[in-house]
Formats: sequence, C-alpha cells, structure tokens
Amino acid sequence: MNAQASLIPKLVALAIVACVPLSGESFYIEIVGKVLVMAIFAMSLDLLVGFTGLVSFGHAAYFGIAAYAVAILSPEYEAANLWYVLPASIGLSALAAFVIGLFVLRTKGIYFIMVTLAFAQMAYFIFHDTPLGGGSDGKYLNNKPSASIFGWEPFDLTNEVHMFYFILAMLVLVYLFLARVLQSPFGRVLVGIKSNEHRMQSLGYFTFRYKLGAFTLAGALGGLAGFLYAVLFGFVTPELLSWHESGNVLLMVILGGMGNLTGAIAGAFAFEAMREIFADITKYWQLLMGGVIVAVVLFLPGGLAGVPGRIKRALQGGDAK
Amino acid sequence: MDFASFLIQTLNSLQYGLLLFLVASGLTLVFGIMGIINLAHGSFYMIGAYLAFVLTSATGSLVMAIVLGIPLALVFGAFLEWALFSHLYKRDHLEQVLLTYGLILIFEQLRSLLVGDDVHGVAIPAFLDASIQLTEVMSYPVYRLAISVVCIVLAVALYYVIQRTRLGMMIRAGNDDRGMVESLGININMIYRVVFALGVALAALAGMLAAPISSVFPNMGSHVLIISFVIVVIGGIGSVWGALVAALIVGFADTFGKVLVPELSGIVVYVVMAVVLLWRPEGILKKG
Repeated sequence: MNAQASLIPKLVALAIVACVPLSGESFYIEIVGKVLVMAIFAMSLDLLVGFTGLVSFGHAAYFGIAAYAVAILSPEYEAANLWYVLPASIGLSALAAFVIGLFVLRTKGIYFIMVTLAFAQMAYFIFHDTPLGGGSDGKYLNNKPSASIFGWEPFDLTNEVHMFYFILAMLVLVYLFLARVLQSPFGRVLVGIKSNEHRMQSLGYFTFRYKLGAFTLAGALGGLAGFLYAVLFGFVTPELLSWHESGNVLLMVILGGMGNLTGAIAGAFAFEAMREIFADITKYWQLLMGGVIVAVVLFLPGGLAGVPGRIKRALQGGDAK
Repeated sequence: MDFASFLIQTLNSLQYGLLLFLVASGLTLVFGIMGIINLAHGSFYMIGAYLAFVLTSATGSLVMAIVLGIPLALVFGAFLEWALFSHLYKRDHLEQVLLTYGLILIFEQLRSLLVGDDVHGVAIPAFLDASIQLTEVMSYPVYRLAISVVCIVLAVALYYVIQRTRLGMMIRAGNDDRGMVESLGININMIYRVVFALGVALAALAGMLAAPISSVFPNMGSHVLIISFVIVVIGGIGSVWGALVAALIVGFADTFGKVLVPELSGIVVYVVMAVVLLWRPEGILKKG
C-alpha cells in the first residue's frame, strides 16, 4: 500500500472525530475527548512495547505524575498559565522516566516487566501516602490553565469544544512526531533493538542510551496524556497511577496490534468502546472484559489486528494458522 | 524503642515475611520453571482468604476450613494449569501478562458475585486465641506465633521436597533445562501441573492464615501480588531460597518502616528493591 492510499482512511477517520463536537452533547464530547487522551497514552507506550520491545508494565506512573503536576503547580484560586504548566508537567514525567529508566533498563524480560511495575507502584504510594498528593481522595484542579500569551488568549480550555480540539490537535501532533521519530536513525535503532539487541551492540551502538532515550520520550508523551486528562476532568486521584491503568493501556496497545501507531489509536477506541458497551449491558462488565481478554489470548494470538489476515487466508482456502 | 516493642516488631516482621514467603515461593517456582509471569497469583491469596471465610462460617472452625481448603486449592490449581496455563508456555511474556490480567478481572468479579463486596472477619481458633504477656502493658498474640511456626514448618518441608526427593530433583532439573529433562523421558507436563497446583495451594494457604489478622476484603490480592513480585526480583527468579531471604528482608523493611518512617512506609520496600537491583541486577541469589 503506498503512502497516499493509507493516508485517505486516516484523514476520513480524523474528519469524523473532528465532527463530534457538532453533536453539541457534552457527554459525547467528553467521552470521545477521554478516548483521544488514552490514544495519546497508548501511542506513547507503543513506542516502548511495539517498537523497542520493552514491555513496560508501569506506564501509568508517567501519566499520573504529569496529571498530579498540573494539580499541584496550579495556584488554588486562579488559573495557571498553560505555556508554563504544560512543559513543566511533561518535563517532570520525562525526568521521572529518565531516573527510573536508569534502574529498570539494567534488567530484561520478566524482570523488566516486574521492575517497571514495582517502580510505578512506588510512585503510586508517594502520591497516596504523602501530603503532596492529598491522600486517596486525590486533588482537585479548580481552574483549568489559561492559554494566555501576554494577555492574548488564542483559545479557552474551560470551553469544552476548545478543549476537545486542543486534545485532538495534540493527538495529531504526537502521531506526526512519533512517525517522524520512527523514520529517523534513532527510531531505526530502536526497531533494531527490538529484533536483535546483541546485533545492534556488535554493530557498535550503545543500546542502553537508545533505550533510555525511548523510555524518557515515552514517559514524556505519557505525561502529555496525563496532563490532558487532568485538565479535561479537573481532578486527579492516585488510581491514575495504579497498575490497573498500566494494564489497561497495555491492553489498548495489544488490541490495536503492537508496533503500529494507528493501531494504538484504534486499540484505545476499541478498549473504551468495549468498556462502555459491557458496562451498559451488565454491572458485571469485568467478567465479560476478562473473558474477552482470555479468549483473545487463547484463540487470537495476533490480537484484533491479526483478524483481517486470518479471514483473508480462510477465504483464499489456505490453512489459517 | 524499648526492648519489648523491639521484640514485638521483630516477631511481626518474621511473621509477615514468612507469610509472604508462602506466596512468593509459588510465584518464583512458576516463573523459574515454567517461564510464566502470573499476575493472577495474588488472586489465589484472595481466594484462599475468602475460602477461609466461607468454610469457617460453614464448619465453625478455621482449622477445618484449612483442612478442606487446601485440597480444593490444589484441584483448582491443577485445573487452571490444564485449562489455561498449559497453553501459555511457549507464548510471549506479553500474552501471559494479558491472560493473567484477564483472569484477575474474572476472579474479582466472581468473588463479588458469590460473596459480595463487604469486609469480613474470620475468628481465630479458640485454642490459639490468647496472648503472651511480655511486659505489664505489652503482649503478643499466640495466633501470630502459630502462623510463623506453620510457615517455618512448611519452608523446611519445601526444602526437603526440593532437595531430597525424586520429585524435587525433577523440579530442579526442569528449572535448569527443560529440553534435557524431556529427552530423559520425564513427563515435564506432569511436573508443571504439580508445581503450579502447589504454588496455588501455598498462596491460598497464606490467604487462609492471614484472614483472621488482616480480615477479608475485595482486591486484597493485588497488594500481596506486587510485594511478591518485589520479593521474586530481590531473591532472583526461580530461587526458592532467594525468595525466603528476600521475603524476610521485605518483612523487616516493611514492618520497621511503618514504625520508624510512617509517612514513607509504602515506599521503603521499593527503595530496598532499587538498591538490590543496582547492586545485583539478577537478584541476591541466582537460580539454583
């Protein structure tokens, strides 16, 4: 498929999503806004899991750190300036990812999964137990940041439609940015590390530095998602850092098929849609969700992304392996 | 801190560490031998605690509940291994994470359907419901001592089984080299099933023993799961003795952390893990 042919469906999907605020229903604007935030989050994790081959099970930490950073950095009775809190929150997440990366990237395989989880849990307890985070109730963000530049305000985040388009713009930017990064020599090395780290090392690359770079970048972009989440909903709780969130975002990446940025976005939509639909049918939605996950692993080893290929093979009469 | 309270905290640390060892030993064996990352291991602890609650209500005694509960847990473990985990051996870690994550959702929801979301207490058996007077104001409950004793007995039994029996020999061999064990004509799948069922039973037993102290509540497995991960990482994957040492370190760090730096108590254990990782990325004791 050439680049232009694959561009059209993406633009159509983007146009459809961009039409959501026309419905005028706050409920839909908020819920689709949330899905877009999760899509950014899923793309940031995909950089690690899908492209670099690092299965992080603690990615919610960076989401939560930036979310808390907005709530803590904003003054209580007035709005903070967006152009200060946005980079500051993302910077804090990136810093945390850098420091944690120094530790966790010393490990591999199962260790890496467990150690990323343990560090995320440490971050969870920092916000849960110390006065910094306001305990298990979390913290309110009373005033959404203002986008004012020397008195000129290009948009207003307290307006739900402006907020929605702000998130959508960020999603497109992150997508284009990551697509560019993956085309760059840096991105090529990451993909090389995924397929064979030893080979990259013998080619003379200091793979640790590249992995640390990817880990920090993923943390920063996860932080952007957390920032948007906090501004969208106006409050943060320690649960944002819980390992269930790390599990959910991992699920989104896998549902969409790893190593595929559009897939990560689709995975976020599929996951949230599943959650909404199951929660609508029954209050025991976790049972259905768990059942679907178990069934996908047992019967669809390639994730949902592998389904079209299976159908194609079945139709062509070959053996569908 | 005076001597009596130091003594009490030491005993508490031992008891907590030994209890964690029961959970972590199964986890580390399943990691080491089968190469499976099992997030649902904490759920077995939760299931054990709820079994203790339900069976104690039915039979009137925790001892009866444990006697009935252990075979149930063994059968449950063997069934899970047969139905689900046996399909995971050659899969990617990511898929193992997913499947076992799905299992947690299912177990928690079933728990909510069958027993509800309330917090329940479990009575301490009458013959253990006493305290040892240490000073005029401080005493130590006999039940906690009994837990420590049971755990020590089990640790010794586990040592005997693994180091001195034929089954243990096969388990150790499977830990080192699966292919070699298979080609020697040993049914590795049977060993996997036994080890998995044993791990489930140990975690469930830990839950049953802990039920009277910690009470029984939703999601009680997830905290234990993550602490057990930390123990496995500190001790080294697949090393039962590493798990024992690490569990005791974690028990002491957590208990004394709560007394000495209450605000940071949640973090102490993870700091210990970070230090160990810097010092020895493969854990204190390597496989073996």
